[in-house]
Amino acid sequence: MRGSRSVPSKSAGRAGRRGPRRFTRRDTVVLGVLLGIPVLLEAVIVWGPTLASIGLSFTSWDGIGDIHWVGGKNYESLVDNYPAFWPAVRHNLLWIAFLGLVATPFGLLLAVLIDRGVRFSRFYQSVLYMPVVLSLAVVGFMAQLLLGTDQGVINTALGNESDPIDWLGNSDLNIWMMMIAASWRHTGYVMILYLAGLKSVDPALKEAAAIDGANTRQTFFRVVFPTLRPVNVIVGVITVIEALRAFDIVYAVNKGRNGLELLSVLITDNIIGEASRIGFGSAIAVVLLTVSLGFIVTFLVQELRGARDR
Amino acid sequence: MTADLRAASADRASDRPAREPTRAERPRRRGRFGVPLFLAAVSLAFLAPLLLAVYASLRPYEETAEHGYFSWPEHMSFDYYRQAYTESGMGKYFTNTLLIAVPAVLLTLFLASFVAFAVSRVRIRGGMLLLMLFTAGNLLPPQVLVTPLYALFLKIPLPWWMSDSLTLYDSLWALVLVNVGFQIGFCVFVLSNFMRTLPKEILEAAIVDGAGVWTQFWRITLPLCRPALAALATLEFTWIYNDFLWALIFISNPDKLPITSSLNNLRGQFFTDYNLLAAGSVLVALPTVLVFLLLQRHFIAGLTLGSGKG
Repeated sequence: MRGSRSVPSKSAGRAGRRGPRRFTRRDTVVLGVLLGIPVLLEAVIVWGPTLASIGLSFTSWDGIGDIHWVGGKNYESLVDNYPAFWPAVRHNLLWIAFLGLVATPFGLLLAVLIDRGVRFSRFYQSVLYMPVVLSLAVVGFMAQLLLGTDQGVINTALGNESDPIDWLGNSDLNIWMMMIAASWRHTGYVMILYLAGLKSVDPALKEAAAIDGANTRQTFFRVVFPTLRPVNVIVGVITVIEALRAFDIVYAVNKGRNGLELLSVLITDNIIGEASRIGFGSAIAVVLLTVSLGFIVTFLVQELRGARDR
Repeated sequence: MTADLRAASADRASDRPAREPTRAERPRRRGRFGVPLFLAAVSLAFLAPLLLAVYASLRPYEETAEHGYFSWPEHMSFDYYRQAYTESGMGKYFTNTLLIAVPAVLLTLFLASFVAFAVSRVRIRGGMLLLMLFTAGNLLPPQVLVTPLYALFLKIPLPWWMSDSLTLYDSLWALVLVNVGFQIGFCVFVLSNFMRTLPKEILEAAIVDGAGVWTQFWRITLPLCRPALAALATLEFTWIYNDFLWALIFISNPDKLPITSSLNNLRGQFFTDYNLLAAGSVLVALPTVLVFLLLQRHFIAGLTLGSGKG
């Protein structure tokens, strides 16, 4: 696959086992520089810090003084006596479940309905994925406008102005509100991906299924849905990764406290908070990293297989 | 195009001898009103928070404080927009955002397209590994990278004419760098998928004519990637514009914050005028919404490019 070309070359006779010499010196310089810069950047900005985070998670450091090796102590205190940790894990899992079981299927449903060719479908599409371009900070603010206790629209609409429900302050309720707000953006995103996928499904397949007597639901679940496999994989990864990365929206609402704890928030708090506990923050980061990497690797294996087939 | 295909398959269906309507055709009739109604309702629900924010921003605080956001307007004006723009120093923050986003998008696209070219067209050794490292890098939770980058940026000195903090920390350069480093992975992934679909023969002909790597990249491959680059530029601009976390961590001087953070300046310490904040939110959201409405086709292409098989 690599290292060989189908182009006939005059120097082929002299070349070694790996085929003709491929690059002039100038080519090598161009490749070296233009690959070198992005690779260096990726190493310095992404992978170096990732490895460093893993290393720092075994240390105690306040960001200024000396770095002390403490072994697994950060992880122990994380699990045993950091009250915010388990709620954050629960919230992250809930976030994955909510996006995966509610927002993503809803996006798929909208895509299927729009793909059936209703009137004004262009308008619906535009409206439904408009939220995708909004900053989550803006979404967080809009949530306050809708759900606030004083003159919040929802409370006004429900007619309980005198005894408003504290949608954002009540720690049993607010995580649900945040997930709905996040779904507002996620649904549109998923819908676009599925719309693109559905457009590439061969209509003859559906027709054949209809002739065989399959109803709409059977056609969809047994014929169309399985052919969407590549899109399903992408949507699955996006759903999980987005859920694990959730941050801006809860941070914009109440800095991720009082019922809105998420792993991403705890990391940020420990690192840039007043008492920076960098080693400890890194340990939380490693937990998040481990979960994410599981999904990333699954996805890459899928992609790699696809690329090999091409 | 899909509509054509569908019409074609319908024609084929009508060529066959008349038959009883299958079960597949019946539910469609039932959905003739249900589906548009459902889609219209969902669209309205999706649009409502945006419309509400605009509505609130046009009305004086006293009025909504008394009657709630859900009331008939007595006075309406654009006064809050003027106030939001002047009070939060939005012009300055918007300039900051442009100074970050424009170079970051251009650099990301240039560097990523070369990596994609090397991986998918030159097919250098280890290309698959590179592709995996870049793609995985973009999927990591940003918080994992935060601490080491923070420490690193504090240690990198910059001359006074580049950064008045004399370090990379607290300078717009840091944000450009971190955005490029983080976003490059996504663009490499999308562009290498796209480049794989380009016909090999064009490049082979160029090689026979003696084109070096740079010519093959800049003169031959890149022009063919124009649609993908336009799509990615739209998407990346939106993402970098909306970034919230990096600025929160790498900038300490409030004058250097990007526009998404400027919303916080509109929050009073003891009293927050939500209508003013609504005007600010609309102003912050406006550029990305405009980009989306004007370049909708590119934007959607960008989101789906990464997921389709070419």
